[in-house]
Amino acid sequence: MVPVSYYILLSGVLFSIGVLGFLIRRNVIVVFMSVELMLNAANLAIIAFARNIGSLTGQVIVFLVMTVAAAEVGVGLAIIMMFYRNKKSVNVDDGNLMKW
Amino acid sequence: MEFIFFIILSLIAVISALMVILQRNPIHSALSLIVTLGSIAGLFIVLKAFFLAFIQIIVYAGAVMILFIFVIMLLTLRKDEFGQEKRKFQRIFAIIFSAFFLIELFIITNYTFFGKTEKILFTPADFGTPQALGRLLFTDYLLPFEIASILLLIAMVGAIFLARREE
Amino acid sequence: MIDNIWLVPLLPLLGFLINGIFGRKLGKNLVSWIGCGSVGLSFLISVKVFFELLSLPAEQRIFEKIVFPWIYSGFFKVNISFLLDPLSGVMLLVVTGVGFLIHVYSVGYMYEDNGFSRFFSFLNLFIFSMLMLVLANNFLLLYLGWEAVGLCSYLLIGFWYEKKSASDAAKKAFIVNRIGDFGFALGVMLIFWTFGGLNYTEVFQQAPSILVAGGGLVTAITLLLFMGAVGKSAQIPLYVWLPDAMEGPTPVSALIHAATMVTAGVYMMARCHILYELAPFTLGLVAVIGAVTAIYTASIAMVQNDIKRVLAYSTISQLGYMFLGCGVGAFAAGIFHLMTHAFFKALLFLGAGSVMHALSGELNMQKMGGLKGKIPVTFWTVFAAVLAISGIPLFSGFFSKDEILWKAFSQGNLLLWLIGVICAGMTAFYMFRLLFLTFFGKSRVDESIKSHIHESPKIMTVPLMILAILSVLGGYVGIPKSLGGGNNFEHFLSSVFGEKEMIIHHSAFTEYIVMIISIGVALAGIFFAYRFYISKPELPKSLAEKYNFPYRVLLNKYYVDEFYFKIIVNPLLKFATFLWQFIDIRIIDGTANGLAGMVNWFGGIGRKIQTGYVRNYALGMVLGVILVLAYFILK
Repeated sequence: MVPVSYYILLSGVLFSIGVLGFLIRRNVIVVFMSVELMLNAANLAIIAFARNIGSLTGQVIVFLVMTVAAAEVGVGLAIIMMFYRNKKSVNVDDGNLMKW
Repeated sequence: MEFIFFIILSLIAVISALMVILQRNPIHSALSLIVTLGSIAGLFIVLKAFFLAFIQIIVYAGAVMILFIFVIMLLTLRKDEFGQEKRKFQRIFAIIFSAFFLIELFIITNYTFFGKTEKILFTPADFGTPQALGRLLFTDYLLPFEIASILLLIAMVGAIFLARREE
Repeated sequence: MIDNIWLVPLLPLLGFLINGIFGRKLGKNLVSWIGCGSVGLSFLISVKVFFELLSLPAEQRIFEKIVFPWIYSGFFKVNISFLLDPLSGVMLLVVTGVGFLIHVYSVGYMYEDNGFSRFFSFLNLFIFSMLMLVLANNFLLLYLGWEAVGLCSYLLIGFWYEKKSASDAAKKAFIVNRIGDFGFALGVMLIFWTFGGLNYTEVFQQAPSILVAGGGLVTAITLLLFMGAVGKSAQIPLYVWLPDAMEGPTPVSALIHAATMVTAGVYMMARCHILYELAPFTLGLVAVIGAVTAIYTASIAMVQNDIKRVLAYSTISQLGYMFLGCGVGAFAAGIFHLMTHAFFKALLFLGAGSVMHALSGELNMQKMGGLKGKIPVTFWTVFAAVLAISGIPLFSGFFSKDEILWKAFSQGNLLLWLIGVICAGMTAFYMFRLLFLTFFGKSRVDESIKSHIHESPKIMTVPLMILAILSVLGGYVGIPKSLGGGNNFEHFLSSVFGEKEMIIHHSAFTEYIVMIISIGVALAGIFFAYRFYISKPELPKSLAEKYNFPYRVLLNKYYVDEFYFKIIVNPLLKFATFLWQFIDIRIIDGTANGLAGMVNWFGGIGRKIQTGYVRNYALGMVLGVILVLAYFILK
């Protein structure tokens, strides 16, 4: 029997790795992957809590989160395509028009 | 037994997650991400979320990651071709902030669970099976479920619209 | 009909609205019919009303009609309401009658002008405003009319607004009047403060009990009201606008700046005679200012060459007479002179307009002469008016002017009387000078104009003839007792001014002597004019050379305009420039721009945070998350 706190710590580690990846990587696709990583870390925490209190509602939430994530990936990748088409680049730093 | 599974899977997950963000080649990153997602699916099974574990494999490791790889190949990306990072402080601060974030999470987790007996409160026999989850989704959570389907439809239309080549 | 007195001002207002709104589409004939018709109708109603008033017994000749409540605020109540008594009755007839004749004349005079309908709508508006002024039964309505005639005066002086001089003159008239009106408004407020109401009846009935005769309060009220009268009736020191007002079309000069509007001050003082009689100091000041203005402007009129300016100065001078009359307490005589003056001065202006019409707009009398035979109707009518204004016996001006002089004399103000007599001689001199220069002697008209000198059309000459008849006969309503008349005019007005039996220190014989003296002086003036401009035409020039300095001073109107410019206008201009350049641009704009600059500066620093790089923003987000978590941990 693994304590919930272990799962939470694991989730925190994965989330931090996702944050780090989001902050240091410039390839927009990898940045996007980091976002997926953070999302999964959160899912893991929810599942662990759900298991802890023995309620299926947490799993329903995760199910819906996955749906949203799928939608997000579809739109997000389309936006990346557009970005590449306009900038001929996948460097996030090339999208810097919104500034002073 | 459970604990051993947890240790192995979490080690795989963390290592492959680090590989996601540290690989120079995006294809390698994507493949590492698949490994991470797979090990998280394994953890789901450990947590008795059987149905979600398979969904995780099918949707994430299957559909989503395939999409990622498609896009990477479509854009014919080579290794990291962006050259030197121009803003040095970005990387430094990113590491510092992430470390801080992690430390804070540890502190909070410790604070929350320290000295408390952690035991499973109550587990029904069919916990996490497709039947139980399906019953819940089609009764209590029917409206969110339907809305999620509409969201997917909208996302599909949006993706097609965005990716369409302008005449 | 007397109950429908509100029709009298309403008709010109309607005429103004119709002509003002639709004038351009109506065509000149319709416009002139509407313009003249509305005033003509209100003249007819006025006549009817006047006779109804006459048929009443003398003590009941006062009629008030409340048309509708205007301002009701607490105990401050003002109605749109009209007061008809002998005084306003006379004014009513003068305004509508002379106004109507001038309207008719204008149809001919202004026919070629592009602003024909505009002209008539303004004229109608003026008649309306003047009637409101005359018929008002309270001070606020009087003030409304007072300001409205000022506005019309402005609009009509600047009628040819493309001309710089005309628009300047209009501004000057408006601004100078403003100074007087400022005092007038203060006076009205002071009346309200003192009496708690503005109705004439309230004020005048309470006046003897509330105010101390000769006290400071009544003196202040009357002085402030008099300030308005000085502005409106062009007395020293605010007379400067009237000569410049001659930039307007000639019928306007006749109607507004001779016959009606400028007499508003005299009317107002006569209306408030109860207050003025309580303030002997103000009355004395009025008399002195009137007398000084009379002789001062008469002296200017003697050397001017512009025919309309001579008439303008003459108008100021005659207004001075009226003020002199009011100042010595002879309000009836002042109103009498107001009426006869309205006739002959309107006639003189219209005659001058007719001369201009004949000479294609020539104003300089040195370029006229010998017109007697060429425009006979104009000549004879102007001649009648000149005789009337010069105070030749049997003409209207004689009776009214003599009444004033006699009242001044019998009140014991010998100095004022003397000034009046000398001024009468000067009047005779400059009027005959005008007549001789214009109509007699050799023609000095430019060759190019000479060939088509022509008499004005009937529509212009008929009003001239009617006015000439009035100028001759107008005085017969007030023949003094000593000459076998009944002094009917004064008697008629006595229900307003009260039957004051003046203590007659002097016998009828003295009155004859006084009369003969003034006739003699007038004849002397005519004689000098004849000598100077008929028998020895070279004399004026040599005199002017001999007495170069006084001549130049007179010709340049005592340099008063220049003086005002130096003393008042230029310092004001400098002060305004200072306010503009320093206070406004430096301090006010500087503060505003400085604040904006500061915001801009801070913004310039702050906006650098917005690098445009998504990952920088994400860094900020993460920092925020860390801080929030740290807050929860440290709590």
